[in-house]
Amino acid sequence: MLDQIQQLLSDQIQGISLEPIPHSTPAGFIIPSANIHAVCELLHSHPSCYFDHLACLSGVDDGVEANTMEVVYTLYSIPHDVHLSLKVVLNRAYPEVASVCDIWRGANWHEREAYDLFGIQFSNHPDLRRILLPADWVGFPMRKDYEEDTAYHGMTIKHPDVLKP
Amino acid sequence: MKQTTYQYNDQHLSVSEPLKFSEKELKSEEMIFNLGPQHPSTHGVLRLEVITDGEIVKEVVPHIGYLHRCFEKHAEKLPYNQTLPFTDRMDYVAAMNNEWAFAMGVERMLGIDKDIPKRIEYIRVVVAELNRIASHFVAIGTYGMDIGAFTPFLWMMRDRETILRMLEWVSGARMLYNYIWIGGLYYDLPVGFEEQCQKFCTYLKPKLKDVDDLLITNKIFIDRTANVGVLDKHLAINYGVTGPNLRAAGMCYDLRKVDGYGVYPELQFDVPIGTGEKGTTGDCWDRTWVRMQECHQSLRIIEQCLEKLMTEHKRSADFDPRAFVPKKIRPKEQELYVRAENPKGELGFYFRADGRSDIPLRCKSRGPSFSHLSVLPEISRDVMLADLFAIVGSLDLVMGEVDR
Repeated sequence: MLDQIQQLLSDQIQGISLEPIPHSTPAGFIIPSANIHAVCELLHSHPSCYFDHLACLSGVDDGVEANTMEVVYTLYSIPHDVHLSLKVVLNRAYPEVASVCDIWRGANWHEREAYDLFGIQFSNHPDLRRILLPADWVGFPMRKDYEEDTAYHGMTIKHPDVLKP
Repeated sequence: MKQTTYQYNDQHLSVSEPLKFSEKELKSEEMIFNLGPQHPSTHGVLRLEVITDGEIVKEVVPHIGYLHRCFEKHAEKLPYNQTLPFTDRMDYVAAMNNEWAFAMGVERMLGIDKDIPKRIEYIRVVVAELNRIASHFVAIGTYGMDIGAFTPFLWMMRDRETILRMLEWVSGARMLYNYIWIGGLYYDLPVGFEEQCQKFCTYLKPKLKDVDDLLITNKIFIDRTANVGVLDKHLAINYGVTGPNLRAAGMCYDLRKVDGYGVYPELQFDVPIGTGEKGTTGDCWDRTWVRMQECHQSLRIIEQCLEKLMTEHKRSADFDPRAFVPKKIRPKEQELYVRAENPKGELGFYFRADGRSDIPLRCKSRGPSFSHLSVLPEISRDVMLADLFAIVGSLDLVMGEVDR
């Protein structure tokens, strides 16, 4: 099935480079970030795959050394019973990728969460606000190099008794 | 460093959790008001910004994050076995199911998921299905109370308490168990549990019938919930809605059947789906009815498992539920997405391991309630304000899982 999807994508989208994600369950491809919207649209609507369920959209920070961030899309096709992972690798300084909200509307909140915790910008997102944290929170806590502020609204955040890992 | 206390300022609410809509954008006759986060009908700390025209709801904006406890950040700092108790606190009315999903993911990463002894697998199904019934009881009971029926709530809490007592007997805790471990269980079932559980199943069946008569097929309840909050099948899939809410929309989709994890392929059970019997397919009544039917199916599953646990996979002196618990949990370098059917829907975990440490690089949890809440603005446009609570209740949200 994975070969068929690869064939379909390279036939329909010109000049796309598809690299398999190493050691991934479910298996999938690393997609250039410029192509992600076209790829998702094709996979969602094409009758041979019909990935109608966006199970999970997860931001990942690879850390300062690798200097990249990733967005991982876990797709599932209910009629065909097929799993697929897609991954885009982003520049850590300006992490930005096209939103897939217009394809799966459920992506709206998942993308807001990735923006909230990682600072990944989703272009063309209709409502990109912080979702879990307060709107005036400083920084993106799930980044590996995040340092929390000392206080929030006069409340101490860094408690002196907290154990360092 | 000196610990400081909160200093009150009028501006704090408006800058930390501002409204999405402003008063200037409103048309004449429209108004914005705020529901929650402390409101008995919102099932936890859910805050809704509602724009109404008279009694008609024009727009709903959920504001979440009041119960955010940084699960994912904690998971990046702790070894897998120490993260397990945190998963209990996500969907805190169905902790066993959360633990099982997490443990299953780590077992798959370690490659030991096929080696788990059958007795352990059957015990896991028993406790998870018991917890599923308890979770559905909370959902149906509080839903009845939301829309004005108080007696069913008391009945269901009474029977749920029996389940919690039994799970306490098993694990030592009433709600947050830490019973299912990676590669095994905390303890074997206590002596006499199987017989007690069978007695309980016999006791519960007529009680389910009572609730059916008192609440589900009650004319007042039907009038209140049928044709309210209709969630279309295609819209539901597009929003990532799963579990009973999706099945009520007429979609036969149950991960216990689709993925067949654990010992579910060996067990006989049906997947109830909504048919629009009292109104439209996917309305509030269908969602509640599906939950009620699932309780019957869960009882069927439990009885089959108990049968196996008393015959084929009987308790023995040399059985050690911790025999396969790994001493060191260090998965190879990989990414893995695992999913399981929780009482609320699909609970997924996305793991990233680097192969060099006992701590995951990333552990994202995909809670079903998160997706269910995101569909709320879509299905509660142009409904009466009183129906908004009927819709919120019927989605069976647990804020612990939405906010994590």
